[in-house]
Amino acid sequence: MEAGREQSVLTVAGVEALFAALRDRGYRVVGPTVRDQAIVYDDIAAVDDLPRGWTDEQDGGHYRLNRRDDDALFGYVVGPHSWKKFLHPPRQRLWSAKREDGETRVTADVTEPPRFAFIGVRACELNAIAIQDRVFLGGPFADPHYQARREDAFFVAVNCGQAGGTCFCASMKTGPKAEAGFDLALTEMLEGGESRFLVEVGSDEGRDVLAALPREPATAADEATAIGIVARTTASMGRAMPEGDIRELLLENLEHPRWDDVAERCLTCGNCTMVCPTCFCTSVEDTSDLTGTETSRERRWDSCFTMDFSYIHGGSVRSSAKARYRQWMTHKLATWFDQFGTSGCVGCGRCVTWCPVGIDITEEVRAIQGGD
Amino acid sequence: MVQPASHDPMVPQVMRVAQAQLDAPDVFTLKLEPEADLPRFTPGQFNMLTAFGVGESAISVSGDPASGDGIVHTIRAVGAVSRALTELRVGDSLGLRGPFGVGWPMEELYGKDVILLAGGIGLAPLRPAIYRLLAERERFGAVAILYGTRSPADILFRSEVESWRQRLDVDVHVTVDHADESWHGQVGVVTTLLPRIAFDPGRTVALLCGPEIMMRFGVQALGSVGVPDEGMYLSMERSMKCGIGLCGHCQFSPAFVCKDGPVFRYDQIRYLLALKEL
Ligand SMILES: Cc1cc2nc3c(=O)[nH]c(=O)nc-3n(C[C@H](O)[C@H](O)[C@H](O)COP(=O)(O)OP(=O)(O)OC[C@H]3O[C@@H](n4cnc5c(N)ncnc54)[C@H](O)[C@@H]3O)c2cc1C
Ligand code: SF4
Ligand code: SF4
Repeated sequence: MEAGREQSVLTVAGVEALFAALRDRGYRVVGPTVRDQAIVYDDIAAVDDLPRGWTDEQDGGHYRLNRRDDDALFGYVVGPHSWKKFLHPPRQRLWSAKREDGETRVTADVTEPPRFAFIGVRACELNAIAIQDRVFLGGPFADPHYQARREDAFFVAVNCGQAGGTCFCASMKTGPKAEAGFDLALTEMLEGGESRFLVEVGSDEGRDVLAALPREPATAADEATAIGIVARTTASMGRAMPEGDIRELLLENLEHPRWDDVAERCLTCGNCTMVCPTCFCTSVEDTSDLTGTETSRERRWDSCFTMDFSYIHGGSVRSSAKARYRQWMTHKLATWFDQFGTSGCVGCGRCVTWCPVGIDITEEVRAIQGGD
Repeated sequence: MVQPASHDPMVPQVMRVAQAQLDAPDVFTLKLEPEADLPRFTPGQFNMLTAFGVGESAISVSGDPASGDGIVHTIRAVGAVSRALTELRVGDSLGLRGPFGVGWPMEELYGKDVILLAGGIGLAPLRPAIYRLLAERERFGAVAILYGTRSPADILFRSEVESWRQRLDVDVHVTVDHADESWHGQVGVVTTLLPRIAFDPGRTVALLCGPEIMMRFGVQALGSVGVPDEGMYLSMERSMKCGIGLCGHCQFSPAFVCKDGPVFRYDQIRYLLALKEL
């Protein structure tokens, strides 16, 4: 689809109308909002629920919200949440079983998931979803829960107007411009304190939705402005993944002394895996009523940083912090290619920001590469 | 061959225990039914078995792939789930998903000398391969079964092992780590049995199943008498929560043990086995 050909401009009122139109179409509208001093993803009813006039300051182990000197709706980058909390929920009931008259019956959980409209999805996040698509839908067995939530979702992307302190999407070639996987993509243009949004269409449904909104055609000047915004963002990336074949580098250095060094700092808290938009590992938990008549199984996010994760009779395969950090990072940047034909990292910077001790995946790669 | 969304591969089907037999202390063999709608398994594949209300474990099929009279599993109680599975009795229900994984390379064995190296419960995943070897005995060269357990009481499928030993066309040797008065056989680790059998290393395929440490010594011993790396297959054990490549637990560097294994050719994982805590 030649998305670039048909561009329009929405005002803030037009974005408001977009939310209403999506709700009318039966979507549950979720997007960024401020809660507990962070920008998180949750249900939003109106433009006022967006983090209007806020921005975020991010660095290794550091996150803070600050007031902007304008009223931008999307003037920040990504926070601790990612869309995986909706597409691959932290807890998912898989089935329940009931025993009656000596017969056990298993019932799959077939609760119809909501149809989500995601607002403000960044380029790195679209790429993360494309990666999880490969994980959950690309193998011999598809995950029906992910599939159901994923298939019907509507994506309103936002091209980043600024880069965060821990962002490195440009070096991962996953941003900051949304190239695919969206229904509509917005670029927020701030002129004299007033936000206008250049809209790009990415799907037929996106075109239908847009057609009903109050909008004006984009001028050549608008298009040039939007291109300039993305270029400025690209130029101001907080970090960069070193160049070169990272997969080969890591697999050839599985015994590098840097793993011992990072193990000294890593708390094995697993924060990095929880915030990462591509991390997909889960565990299951069975429960039973007191009589054992009704039982059920729930799936929940798990982390390769726990001791339990690799536990088999006799002990954990990866008991040292070194082994667990090495597993995480080599999986992200190396063996993910073998398994899914892509890197497992999109350069969103979350693991850097939300690591309590500020461990920086780009820095660790650089150290193994021998630079500093 | 992506499964349609309507079929949820995480939902077990309900099976009944048709037979339960104590095989060794803490080890039970269960025969399950109905078998009718289950896909056929190949030797070395496993099922995910659910003890309702307790949890799920990966358990290899230990029955005869050709018999068609029930799915057979041999389970050693080592923790909550496996214990609950061994406590099931005739008529009890349990959940089953499977069969999963890549099993033993049976076709590769035609015309070759075959050595089976089993440690402890590791004889169970090898038993379907043994049934196949015996059923088509004339298609293979020399066949040897080398089996090591902790003590004489831990020997699995004892009368069956004895009947295999009666045969003139199979070389069966059993050793124990710790003997008691009843034991007049070999004492020591399973690799000490290797000098007792005759085979042509260059045209030998060895199948190994047992604790990882035993398999590490096993490949070393086989290698030292000239069996090539490409002639050795190992069944790996890792934590598994789904069995179908979605939970991430069984990763063995690039491989998912559940779907790329559990059986791997040694030359393909040699570099991984050389590293600790991978
Ligand atoms: C492919 C394959 C085939 C297998 N075939 C067979 C077979 O034929 N027969 C057989 O007997 N076994 C077999 N096994 C091994 C069998 O799956 C395990 O022994 C069984 O799953 C153990 O589960 P459990 O709950 O009984 O024991 P545990 O080892 O106690 O529990 C395992 C799980 O419980 C949790 N856990 C429990 N205790 C701890 C702890 N102290 N620390 C951290 N976490 C803990 C972990 O999440 C762990 O994953 C096979 C395994 C694989 C991978
Ligand atoms: S590894 Fe870190 S930077 Fe890469 S996608 Fe995950 S959280 Fe983002
Ligand atoms: S790298 Fe940081 S966030 Fe990840 S487990 Fe270690 S301390 Fe926690």
